Amino acid sequence: MSNNKVIQVEGLTKMFGDFAAVNAITFEVEKGEIFGFLGANGAGKTTAMKMLIGISNPTSGKATVAGFDVYTHPEEIKKNIGYMSQKFALYDDLTVKENIAFFGGIYGLSRKRIKEKSAVLIEELGLEKVANKLVGALPLGWKQKLSFSVSLLHDPKIVFLDEPTGGVDPITRRQFWEMIYKAANQGTTVFVTTHYMDEAEYCDRVSIMVHGKIEALDTPKMLKKQFKVENMNDVFLKLARG
Amino acid sequence: MGISVKHISKSYKNVKALQDISFEVKPGELFGLIGPDGAGKTTLFRILTTLLIANEGTATVAGFDVLHDYKSIRKHVGYMPGKFSLYQDLTIEENLEFFATIFGTTIEENYDLIKDIYVQIEPFKDRRAGKLSGGMKQKLALCCALIHKPKVLFLDEPTTGVDPVSRKEFWEMLKRLQEKDITILVSTPYMDEAALCDRIALIQDGEILQIDTPEAIVKHYPKQIYNVRANNMYQLINNLNAYKYNHSVYPFGEFIHYTDSREDFEPADLVAYLESKNLLHIEIEKTEATIEDTFMELAK
Repeated sequence: MSNNKVIQVEGLTKMFGDFAAVNAITFEVEKGEIFGFLGANGAGKTTAMKMLIGISNPTSGKATVAGFDVYTHPEEIKKNIGYMSQKFALYDDLTVKENIAFFGGIYGLSRKRIKEKSAVLIEELGLEKVANKLVGALPLGWKQKLSFSVSLLHDPKIVFLDEPTGGVDPITRRQFWEMIYKAANQGTTVFVTTHYMDEAEYCDRVSIMVHGKIEALDTPKMLKKQFKVENMNDVFLKLARG
Repeated sequence: MGISVKHISKSYKNVKALQDISFEVKPGELFGLIGPDGAGKTTLFRILTTLLIANEGTATVAGFDVLHDYKSIRKHVGYMPGKFSLYQDLTIEENLEFFATIFGTTIEENYDLIKDIYVQIEPFKDRRAGKLSGGMKQKLALCCALIHKPKVLFLDEPTTGVDPVSRKEFWEMLKRLQEKDITILVSTPYMDEAALCDRIALIQDGEILQIDTPEAIVKHYPKQIYNVRANNMYQLINNLNAYKYNHSVYPFGEFIHYTDSREDFEPADLVAYLESKNLLHIEIEKTEATIEDTFMELAK
C-alpha cells in the first residue's frame, strides 16, 4: 500500500443473519486527514468502526488500518490507534495524573515516558492546579480535552473520535477542534463518527452512511454544492429522507 | 397562562447552579433555553415542575405558584426529562395507558392531541420501551407527557443523541403542538435549534446571558464577522491568534470566524499579513452572525 493511505477499505461487509449492517463499503483515508464518518442512528457507523479498530470480524471485504490487516493483525491495529468517546472516556474516580499514568501504562509506555508526557500534557492543557484532583470533579469540557490528549499518549497513527463534542459549550468546543487541527497537522489521522452535522463541517472529507451503505463521500464544500444546500444538516436530510 | 420566573437562585453545596434567573414565557409561546451541559437547564426544569425547591426567588407555571400550588402544577404540566424515564419493561401501549390512568384520563379522551405522533410508533405498540430506538423512545416520551392535555409542556433536551432526521421531525411536532395552545419550554445544547423557537434565553454557568427572539439576538451582534480559510487551517488559526488586531478567532466548520478590533478594517490587510506567513489559497468574505457567535461573544 502507499504510505499515505492509513485506512483502506474495500467492499467491507458485516452481516447479522440476513441483515447487512454494513453493506460493501469502500473508502480510503489519508495521513493527517480529518475524516468525518456520518450516518443516522442505526445506519451502521458503530458496526463499521468496530471492524476498523479490530474488535469485530468482517463477514467479507478488505480493510487495512495503520498498515495492518483487520483479519490477521487486529492486535497491531489496537496498538497503533487512539480512541475517544463521550460515553467512555476517563475514570472519574482517578485523578488527572492517575488517569494519564493508567492509560500510559495500558498503551505500554515506560514510566519515564509517562512522566515526561504527563508533565507536557498537563502544562499544555493548563491543568497544573487540578492535576491531583479527581477527574469526576472537572467540568465536561476539560474532561473531553484531557480525554483527547490521553488518546494521543502513545503517538497513534490514527485517532478515532466517537461524537466528541456533544453538549460542550461553544468556546470549549472550538478549543477542542483546535486540538484536533493540531494533531492532524502533525500527521495524525483523525476519524470522527458523529451524527451532529456541525461537527461534520470541520472535517476535510465526510462520508454519509444510509442503511449500511456509503451514499456520499466528499469535502463538505463539494457535498453542499452537489446537493445545492447551505449546510451539512440539509445534505444529510436530503440523503436520509430521499 | 405561561411561565413566570423571578429571581430564582439554587445552589448545591459550593456550586451555584442558578443565579438570579428571571424571565417570562407568554401563553402559547415556544420558548427555548439554550446552553451547554452544566449551564443549569435541568435544575431550572426541576424547580418549575415542582421536583426541587429553589433557595431564593419565586415562579409560577400556568398561574400556579411552584411552592404553594405544587399539586395543581403537577396536574397541568407535562414533563419530558432529559433522561429516558418511562418503564422499560412495559410496552409502548402499556406506558401510555399507565400515564393516562395516573392522570385520571384515557388514551381515547385526548387521542387527538397525540395522534400525529402516536401513529408513527403505533405499529410497534406491543414492543417494550426498553427495546425501542432513540427516535421512537423520544416520540413515546412525548406522547406520555401529553396524554393528560397539559397547559404547559417542559422538554429537557429532547433531541440530545437523536439523529438529524428525527430531530427535524421532532421540531415539526412541537410547532403543531404550539398551534393547540400549549405553552412549551424546551432546552437544548444545539445552537442551530434556537432559530426554531419564538424566543430564547442563552444560559451559561447558571446565568442568563441574553433573552430575545433568535432574529434580534443575531442582529445585535456587535461586529462584522468574516469567514476566513486557507490551505492549512491549523497554521491559519495560529496566525490569526497572533495577529495583533484580532477581536475574536473561532473555528467554524470549514471556515474560521474572524472579527477585527479596528473600525476601519480592510480585509486586504489581513490577506497580506497571512500571505507573509506563507499561507496559500486565502479566502476572506463577510458572513452573518449566528446564535453561536453571539453566545461566544457574550460568554467571552
